Amino acid sequence: MIGLIIGITVGVIILGGIFLYNSVIRLKNQVDNSWAQIDVQLKRRFDLIPNLIETVKGYAKHEKEVLTNVTKARTEFLSAKTIEDKAKADNQLNETLKSLFAVSENYPDLKANQNFLQLQEELAGTESKIAYARQLYNDTVMEFNTKIETFPNNFFASMFKFTQRQLFETDKEERKNIKVQF
Amino acid sequence: MNIYDQVSWNKTKSYIIIFIFIIFISSLGIFLGWLYGSYILGFIVFTIAAVIYSIIAWIEGSNIILKATGAREVTKAEYPHLFHAIEGLSIAAAIPIPKAYVIDDESLNAFATGKDPKNASITVTTGLLKKLNRQELEGVVAHEMSHIKNYDIRIMLFSVVMIGMTILLSHIILRSFLFSDRDRENNNFTIIIIVVGIILAVLAPFIAELMKLAISRKREYLADANGALLTRNPEGLASALEKISEKSELKKADKATAHLFIASPLKAKSFFSNLFSTHPPIDDRIKKLRSM
Repeated sequence: MIGLIIGITVGVIILGGIFLYNSVIRLKNQVDNSWAQIDVQLKRRFDLIPNLIETVKGYAKHEKEVLTNVTKARTEFLSAKTIEDKAKADNQLNETLKSLFAVSENYPDLKANQNFLQLQEELAGTESKIAYARQLYNDTVMEFNTKIETFPNNFFASMFKFTQRQLFETDKEERKNIKVQF
Repeated sequence: MNIYDQVSWNKTKSYIIIFIFIIFISSLGIFLGWLYGSYILGFIVFTIAAVIYSIIAWIEGSNIILKATGAREVTKAEYPHLFHAIEGLSIAAAIPIPKAYVIDDESLNAFATGKDPKNASITVTTGLLKKLNRQELEGVVAHEMSHIKNYDIRIMLFSVVMIGMTILLSHIILRSFLFSDRDRENNNFTIIIIVVGIILAVLAPFIAELMKLAISRKREYLADANGALLTRNPEGLASALEKISEKSELKKADKATAHLFIASPLKAKSFFSNLFSTHPPIDDRIKKLRSM
């Protein structure tokens, strides 16, 4: 009789453990997946910038400083490895792009250029996609972190070495700043 | 109710609509069969027809709706900012990217259709693309995106296709009764009157039940709220609705597809738009969004 009770108890614990483990894994995959979404969009913006610089150069040769800043921010972004660094580099890239678009206001010919307008729309679109991807990522990370912190998951979490994930945080103002008019 | 309950309740509702529809058509078959001599034959023929119709609705329903509203699929080169809004919000909602359709109409309106998030599309009018800024467009797209994510689109799809057919059939029966040639034998004519009376009596509760399932004003409020949650910017949708409320009547709109749209596409004065008002008052929706 006692053997039976022990057997059932152990069985329930093991089953519960499997269930919890799987649900944490599912969330962890969601976190990874939503991070991939951000990465895709960041890369997309990264690829758009050389084109943008070429176009702007043709009309606004004198704005060397702004252009070099963008290039520099882009290179820095390339060397960013951790999530925190990437968020920081992304922020900086935003700032420089913002000043580039501000400067371009002074060049009517540039503003009328079809290629430039296309790039501007493309960058604005990518920017909002980055924001949405970040939102999804941060929501999933929150859920994941809460899950592995609460009882009894915290017990399994340390056993399977699940660690807290980092949020992708940026300047709160940034979404407003990059608002490119069309 | 959380999102998962909503999704499964919406799926169940969709199946109930199909089920009621098939029962309705079958009983119609029994009555007509009885009238012409063989109720078993009537039952079999009509049931098969109803099942085939349901299968077609399942496979082709959204294409039929898109055709009926005069929507055409567009490319990214044509409307890049529409695509960006749709792509961005499908990332936020974590669902596959829906297809983009446009209706060439100066009015402002939009709808989503499809049987599930994998086979969904979002349609907006060209007027809407012209008049709304980026935040407002994202608000509208987010509203439609939450209809897709919730499986509201599935219920709405079946209600359009099934209720449309049910209403059509009841009209045909009623008309063929009213305009049938009355030179026939008096005796025969009395029987027809009785049968038609029975059929209509049977019909009415079916239609009422279908309507109740399909029409839910709560659905619009919920999509507004979920949409605002996706953009984190209720003001975008609120000011979009303000612009939409000024001019939402479409040239090519009918009462079968009216409840798909974000705002009623029917003329405000029309009798139907008041009787079957599927949309909550737009002012109230704006007020709710602004108080978030």
